[in-house]
Amino acid sequence: MTALSDPLTPAINSTIPREGRSLWQEAMRRLVRNRAALTGGIIIILLVLVAIFADFIAPYEYDKQSLVNANAVPVWVTKLFPSLQSYAVIGNQYPIGADSLGRDLFSRIVHGTRVSLAVAFIGPLISLIIGVIYGSISGFFGGRIDNIMMRIVDVLYAFPGLLFIILLMAFFRTTLAQPEEGTFAYYIGQLDAKFGGLLFIMIGIGLTGWETQARLTRGQVLSVREKEYIEASRALGATNVRLIFRHILPNILGPLIVLETLSIPGYIYTEAFLSFIGLGVNPPTPSWGSMISAGSRALRAYPNQAIFPAMALALTMFAFNFLGDGLRDALEPRLRGTQE
Amino acid sequence: MTNYILRRMLYMIVVLFVVSGITFVLMHAVPGGPFDVEKNLPPEIQANKEKYYHLDDPLYIQFFSYLSEVTLPRITSTPPTLKTDDDYLVTLKMGDYWFKWMNFGPSYASRSRTVNDIFRDQLPVSFQLGMFALGIAMLIGFPLGILSALNHNKWPDYVSMGVAIFGVSVPTIVLGPLLVWIFGVLLQWLPPTGWGAKPPFIMGLFPSAIGWDYFKYAVLPSFVLGFGSSAVIARLTRASMLQVIREDYIRTARAKGLNERLVVMRHALRNSLIPVVTVLGPLFAALVTGTFVTELVFGIPGLGKYFVTSIGNRDYPVIMGTILLYAVFLVTSNLLVDIIYGFLDPRIRYE
Repeated sequence: MTALSDPLTPAINSTIPREGRSLWQEAMRRLVRNRAALTGGIIIILLVLVAIFADFIAPYEYDKQSLVNANAVPVWVTKLFPSLQSYAVIGNQYPIGADSLGRDLFSRIVHGTRVSLAVAFIGPLISLIIGVIYGSISGFFGGRIDNIMMRIVDVLYAFPGLLFIILLMAFFRTTLAQPEEGTFAYYIGQLDAKFGGLLFIMIGIGLTGWETQARLTRGQVLSVREKEYIEASRALGATNVRLIFRHILPNILGPLIVLETLSIPGYIYTEAFLSFIGLGVNPPTPSWGSMISAGSRALRAYPNQAIFPAMALALTMFAFNFLGDGLRDALEPRLRGTQE
Repeated sequence: MTNYILRRMLYMIVVLFVVSGITFVLMHAVPGGPFDVEKNLPPEIQANKEKYYHLDDPLYIQFFSYLSEVTLPRITSTPPTLKTDDDYLVTLKMGDYWFKWMNFGPSYASRSRTVNDIFRDQLPVSFQLGMFALGIAMLIGFPLGILSALNHNKWPDYVSMGVAIFGVSVPTIVLGPLLVWIFGVLLQWLPPTGWGAKPPFIMGLFPSAIGWDYFKYAVLPSFVLGFGSSAVIARLTRASMLQVIREDYIRTARAKGLNERLVVMRHALRNSLIPVVTVLGPLFAALVTGTFVTELVFGIPGLGKYFVTSIGNRDYPVIMGTILLYAVFLVTSNLLVDIIYGFLDPRIRYE
């Protein structure tokens, strides 16, 4: 093409100033141009803001009961669901109605954002850390270690994931519920109670979600570790730890992030599922899952109690899916098949 | 090939052994026992109950006697009784002797039912629902994926992937109650809850009578369950089809004048199925062994409930039984998937 591509011409001679773009800048540019991903990202930022400022946005305390107004609905909801008109208590002070204990649904949904987002960000982080360390050790050292480590992952795969979490939750809940004061278990239990039971959920999700991440990391490490720059670095005397953290991991980060983002909706759903079956957050901490569960029991009489939290859950999962898809297209253009 | 399958089966046995070991340790690590009820039983009665179920034996003896009950066949001269610790999945009369195999033990939560009873009555329902769901998942997923890959970056692509994102984003606990409310309560077209088949089942799995009275119960839950999985299939099919369609042999097929239909059906689709088949294995295992939420929302008497309640009840034999059942389905379907690979891509050799 031009002199630029000629390796023999010194770069100084080139007269065209060319701004370099790193892989990440390039990916960012592609991501922002993707309208669906951008929408997803904006929704997530808004949700984060809602979670942070939940106390200011929510008009009521999430656990404030008012039994007089149990199942109250505002007028506009009765227009949406005409069957409500004949029997519902009208309560216009509630934006979308109140639940069976007279707690404001809107405030509970707003506070529920915290639960879902905490799971969306911290659960994956735990599984990412475990999976990456496990996978890179397995892939980097190879041979017998690799074989044994991957067989362990195979066995863990044979467990039904949700069951494993339920077992873990039962274990955490009962072992750490009332331990002796001053022990490690006691402080963990206190911390969990402070987070409304969320800590164990996140640990459970992290402990069960890392296998896929470990497999991917291993595969990527296997392909990268044979590259020349690794050999060069090794020849210069780099230690194994330095090789893994400085040279290998940064080069395989893209696929890992993509996998993690795409699995976030699954984690959010796991929390909602656990709360749905009553093994999730402790009441009265609001979770969309437990709200949907309670609402679907009253589906015939008060459809608004299930439908609004369900919409919140679906919206969040939409946003993360859109962002995840966009990230994949941006970081791994090959998967999209458009680089030709 | 035979060699390969034999070796894999050996490996499966090891996996199942380890799975049962881990489950056993985990469930006994959870504090509390099956007979800790709200009103405390007198300690003598509690001890008696535990003795009856051999819970006072050392754990390793409990574990190995469980394994031997499940795996080792017995040949005895005593005919089968109705006692809950004498219920074998396979019971055959051979002359004067009885051949008995696979006793998964009694259910502590019920005085008269065994884990085998649960398998006999509940598994078929979950199996039927799972098969319908898998069928719907493939019926929606494959066409969507193919359609969007062939029309890459055109409107059919966007529409199909929109549907797929909808499928993964709207979970069962949202879609289930919503559809029950619309079709079961508002329109009253379909029964909101229930299942159309009762025991006895043909071959232990299939309903004895099939008709609208059977299918009307299956429509909603199968769709809810299948739709979410169809999204996964659609996205995978699309991604792998997009890669395959750029291969040289597709260009060759087109160059030699093959019509587009044949190119897609014979060359592209077959080769792009491999990653999709990989997820079908675990999907099959997860769907047919019962899905808790769907069965709960639609009031289906399936196996899913027992996965969850058994842990809360510390109903040890049921926990072991359900987890092992799932694991058996999973490793078997993974083996089937690996064998199917060979048909899809003859280059794959089994070593």
